[in-house]
Amino acid sequence: MGMEQLLEKYFRPGRLPHIWCPGCGHGIITGAIVKAVDKLGLSKDEVAVISGIGCSSRASGYLDFNTANTLHGRALPIASGLKMANPKLKVIVPSGDGDAAAIGGNHLIHAARRNIDLTLIVYNNSIYGMTGGQYSPLTPKGSKATTAPYLTIEPAFNLLDLAKAAGATFVARSTTFHVQNMVDVIAKAIEHKGFSIVECVTGCPTNFGRQNKIGSAPKMIEWQRDHGVMIGAWNRMDDETRAKALADGKFPIGVLYENNDVQEYTEAYDELIKRAQGGK
Amino acid sequence: MSIKLLQGNQAVVEGAIAAGVKFYGGYPITPSTEIAEQLAARLPQVGGKFMQTEDELAGIGAVIGASMGGKKAMTATSGPGFSLKQELLGLACTAEIPIVVVDVQRVGPATGQPTSPAQGEVMMTRWGTHGDHWVIVVSPVSVPECFWLTIRAVNLAEKYRVPVIILMDEVVGHMREKIELPDDYSTIETVDRKRPDCAPEDYLAYGTKGDDLVPPMADFGSGYRWHVTGLIHDETGFPKGTPDATLQSLNRLHDKIYKNLDDIVTFENYKTDDADYVIVSFGGAARTAYDTVDMARKEGLKVGLFRAITLWPFPEKQVQELASRVQGILVHELNYGQYVLEVERVVAGKCPVWLYGKYDNSSAAPKQLLDELKKHLGR
Repeated sequence: MGMEQLLEKYFRPGRLPHIWCPGCGHGIITGAIVKAVDKLGLSKDEVAVISGIGCSSRASGYLDFNTANTLHGRALPIASGLKMANPKLKVIVPSGDGDAAAIGGNHLIHAARRNIDLTLIVYNNSIYGMTGGQYSPLTPKGSKATTAPYLTIEPAFNLLDLAKAAGATFVARSTTFHVQNMVDVIAKAIEHKGFSIVECVTGCPTNFGRQNKIGSAPKMIEWQRDHGVMIGAWNRMDDETRAKALADGKFPIGVLYENNDVQEYTEAYDELIKRAQGGK
Repeated sequence: MSIKLLQGNQAVVEGAIAAGVKFYGGYPITPSTEIAEQLAARLPQVGGKFMQTEDELAGIGAVIGASMGGKKAMTATSGPGFSLKQELLGLACTAEIPIVVVDVQRVGPATGQPTSPAQGEVMMTRWGTHGDHWVIVVSPVSVPECFWLTIRAVNLAEKYRVPVIILMDEVVGHMREKIELPDDYSTIETVDRKRPDCAPEDYLAYGTKGDDLVPPMADFGSGYRWHVTGLIHDETGFPKGTPDATLQSLNRLHDKIYKNLDDIVTFENYKTDDADYVIVSFGGAARTAYDTVDMARKEGLKVGLFRAITLWPFPEKQVQELASRVQGILVHELNYGQYVLEVERVVAGKCPVWLYGKYDNSSAAPKQLLDELKKHLGR
């Protein structure tokens, strides 16, 4: 399906244009979510999109699913309650790096620990965009931000390592340059039964690029092209090459981890109900 | 009917089950923890679900999500946790998600005194979350009332699509009393939120008809795709922040409650018919006042008790009526003086209003309360 038809089918009439700045990668990610839903052949009624607050969180309002644009950092608890109420829903949570890793960080590790079947899509633009360029937990150390005029001194999280350690059973990364890969990994993440997280590396030319003199939006996308390495190629690197790649700021993309042997939370709860009602 | 000896918190649990609550999310905190513990056991027995969340925010968040999914949902907490829940309480107000929040008060602020009686959150229940908003707050006085008022709270939340707060205190939450429980909860009258009966393409998420100011609410996943937002929104449910849209939104949130006061406001009058003086009280503090009234009457003082069951909206009409025919009102509450401010506002000088605010981590004895009244009467 072409983008025109996808727009017509999955975006709400009258809700566009979106609020995102020219050159922002958030539209690419939101488009990839829609393409993944389309690829899986899901009905719009069985998909819920629950977001928090931030630029990325505005995605929910544009999409013609069961949607909510809730509070900063709180999308995962609300999504968890919704999933418990109706486990048949495919619940997707678009979130920003501040929303997911800072104010919602505690909810992230516990949703991952429970292995509840939610799909968290982190729109990682390395900055707080909506409030105008403050540093987030995913801003690389040494970056400039409006709250770091003398450069950030805080190291960034490796969010995917964090989620995996907390218990996420599907971990993937992509970039707004690698669009087809992004669609594929988001589709796999939605299909995965358990807590899945997809970090989508995206650019914020307005609030990150400009402050850090990276250049225009195409430059930021070129940076993604030059730094994202497909997981197959990444795994084939010898240790020395991989160490150099890491030192150069390169990172693997694709499905980085998948574990299908851990019971999903709502399924485990259904068994608990049977036990409570006297079954085994 | 079966006769049981239950704690107030346990009676809340049975009330929730009887009302059809199917989801609980929350975090343990004294003196409300028994509600979580018992619902963890009871909910799965009736096909419901219990989640112990990572924090208080996630507890009420999950409750909001479950309610969006069509389940009757509640959480319980105490002071410090109730502070944390305020953010999401506001979301439930503006998005009109029916939820019930139990706050079993303890002494505050901060950690305060976890297992001592206090009623310091009266104003917080009314004004806790930021921005103009309206909620319903009910306060039980006894274990049986914990049961029936929890059912009523769930029903009101469903009927008006509003958060309903059950404001308890350590006295009522932890006290054990006799209660007659119906053997068959299915005979109890319960209310389910209105759901849309139009075609999905005609559904306006916040559209209302005529005098009915409460819009029908579709379960997520039921074929009616709509949008929940914490932003000011119009009847479509999508953000619209114009002065007109803001006015319309806030006015309806107010009016859906305040145009139905006769349905929402409940109270008890104990010997107020011929009273010269009335004690106004609620919850655990009111338990003292019944005996005070009886003691006063033995001494020839015509005293009555007006017990607010619905704290908010304030029983304005009823208190004004009392003020017009008594010689004085003594407000008794377990704090430095909160509800008294609203009583004074409403009485507006029609009769003297006195306060016996007790904030020393303990309840009053009936004689203490009587002595306070007599002090004001010069006896």
